[in-house]
Amino acid sequence: MSSILQNLVNKPYEHGFVTDIESDTAAKGLSEATIRMISAKKNEPAWLLEFRLKAYAHWLTMTPPAWANVHYPPVDFQAISYYSAPKPKKKLASMDEVDPELLKTFEKLGVPMNERAKLAGVAVDVIFDSVSVATTYKAKLAEVGIIFCSISEAVHEHPELIQKYLGSVVPVGDNFYAALNSAVFTDGSFCFIPKGVKCPMDLSTYFRINTESSGQFERTLIIAEDGASVSYLEGCTAPKFDSNQLHAAVVELVALDNADIKYSTVQNWYAGDENGVGGIYNFVTKRGLCKGVNSRISWTQVETGSAITWKYPSCVLRGENSVGEFYSVALTNHHQQADTGTKMIHIGKNTRSKIVSKGISAGVSSNSYRGLVRIAPTAAGARNYSQCDSMLIGDKCSANTFPYIDVRNPGAQVEHEASTSKIGEDQLFYFAQRGIGAEEAVSMIINGFCKDVFQQLPMEFAVEATKLLGVKLEGSVG
Amino acid sequence: MIRQDSKTLLEVRGLRATVNGIEILKGMDLTVKAGEVHAIMGPNGSGKSTFAKVLAGHPAYVVTGGSVLFEGKDLFALAPEERARAGLFLGFQYPIEIPGVANAQFLRLAYNTVQTQRGKDELDPLEFDDFVREKMKLLEMNPDFLDRSVNEGFSGGEKKRNEILQMALLEPRVAILDETDSGLDIDALRIVAGGVNQLANKDNAIVLVTHYQRLLNYIEPDYVHVTEAGRIVKTGPKSLALELESRGYDWVSAAAGAAA
Repeated sequence: MSSILQNLVNKPYEHGFVTDIESDTAAKGLSEATIRMISAKKNEPAWLLEFRLKAYAHWLTMTPPAWANVHYPPVDFQAISYYSAPKPKKKLASMDEVDPELLKTFEKLGVPMNERAKLAGVAVDVIFDSVSVATTYKAKLAEVGIIFCSISEAVHEHPELIQKYLGSVVPVGDNFYAALNSAVFTDGSFCFIPKGVKCPMDLSTYFRINTESSGQFERTLIIAEDGASVSYLEGCTAPKFDSNQLHAAVVELVALDNADIKYSTVQNWYAGDENGVGGIYNFVTKRGLCKGVNSRISWTQVETGSAITWKYPSCVLRGENSVGEFYSVALTNHHQQADTGTKMIHIGKNTRSKIVSKGISAGVSSNSYRGLVRIAPTAAGARNYSQCDSMLIGDKCSANTFPYIDVRNPGAQVEHEASTSKIGEDQLFYFAQRGIGAEEAVSMIINGFCKDVFQQLPMEFAVEATKLLGVKLEGSVG
Repeated sequence: MIRQDSKTLLEVRGLRATVNGIEILKGMDLTVKAGEVHAIMGPNGSGKSTFAKVLAGHPAYVVTGGSVLFEGKDLFALAPEERARAGLFLGFQYPIEIPGVANAQFLRLAYNTVQTQRGKDELDPLEFDDFVREKMKLLEMNPDFLDRSVNEGFSGGEKKRNEILQMALLEPRVAILDETDSGLDIDALRIVAGGVNQLANKDNAIVLVTHYQRLLNYIEPDYVHVTEAGRIVKTGPKSLALELESRGYDWVSAAAGAAA
């Protein structure tokens, strides 16, 4: 029956295709000239070029982090093309003007955005190889003062906001990949919710990497002013390629007094084939700053793709009584490696954080949870609760938990719970003896295991995530 | 109840099976007809539990010889879940825990799967809730069971009751109860046995696998079979169980050896 388990995880990647759109791709390699070229292509103001060059200077002094429990050949940063954009055409005013090839791609991905966006009431800011192609519902959001656009656009139209907040949560020299992103980011999303506004719909961005070997360096910035709230959804798929693709995004969230930001991700990038060839390297820096009192930032992630995942969505809890949450499901199969978790940095008084991490490993994959809970001396009355559960499917995979706890205030309260379980043939036999087939059984066990996290996702996303896990594990039992 | 004209539900002929390359079943023969209650007794390691698992299709066991007809059809042509849907039920000796899966959800999926197989309507969660609560009364079960994860943190007795509850829901044609009495205190044994007795009827059959005669005080078998080294070596009426209780198994082995 272990072959049953093996097969359930072996469904081929369905989203492997390249859309035939002419790309404007830069020559490979990274230098100051590359950065000046990107900045010039994007017609950026001088302060942004300075920001990039400062980041680049930092990056040159840094080395890739080696502490994560992931193993891969060194990345040749000179073999990457740092800019790739569909050939610029006239600005698109409506969906009708979008390249039909592009629309077809979304069709295949199951994202018929022109319909789906309307039906679901979701505004989709589409990123297609680094350049935003269409933004819907913008006008409707603008009515209540919400800005939701590409970050390039925001640089030109809301420079004061970008200048104030860009790099304020993740400084240019924060870490190797964040520095690289700061130097070469091409596009991403910007979202601003003004004082007192509750965003009337979930905001959603679909990312997709399209050109082979083009590094993707998105930059996302979300700001919720006093009393504002927003729920932001990010979903990803990528085409199938044999050469590894580097992805190093940076996401910054800022929550002011009483603001609430919920950031949900479903990630399904190409993970490489069964033998571990190809797949995306996902080296992402995501961090939220609870700047104001009573603010709240909640990360929910369902990570199922990528050859390597290195990702720690974090919360800096500076405002008094602020709350940070991290809910994660990470599934690895075949040769996938994931080292993911969170950091909760408690600075303000009575700050609270909650971590719920569910790791599922199948095949010969390796799945690690790595988390830091730091209670600063100033964080009197801080509390944290962490729960890290691992599930193993088959006997060739591994699961690890690396919880770091650093408490500098004697009044703080920190709890950590961990468990490891295994879907065994006796469990599957029990289901079978009651008439329930293996796939349904595994899906039921996995969904039960992930319940606490799925409950945090917006309804539509939760359904998608449930299906995705089913697809990812399909055939590993049978 | 033995009736000459009743239908044969299970017919086992010369069944041989191995686990990890070691032969455990060495030619089991058993015929079970509708309306009958059979008890299979025997010393540890004589193949009783293996027999139950092989019939249900546990993947660790390999059938190496013989045949089994279930209502006239080749049982081994069916996958384990198909055997269950066809009406073969195994009450587990050690029901496994399934954390995170609510008992109610599990029971409903199992019930609806079998209903669909029988061409009957499925029940939605509300209808099923009423239905299952009714069945739970039979076993004096607390409705809290429905919200808990399958078997997780259940006491030995609770697990066994949950097994019989599943039997009550799935209404199998042949129920094999593997040491359902082990780990039960006297009250739990009375309740579980009472449940089984209420479920027994002229159209189904029950095969009790047990070590002790104790259970048979509550559920009266029509036949008692004694296993020894992977074979049934003696079959008799209920009184055979009492004889085994007082004399042990050795005399059966000796007699079987002499006969062989």
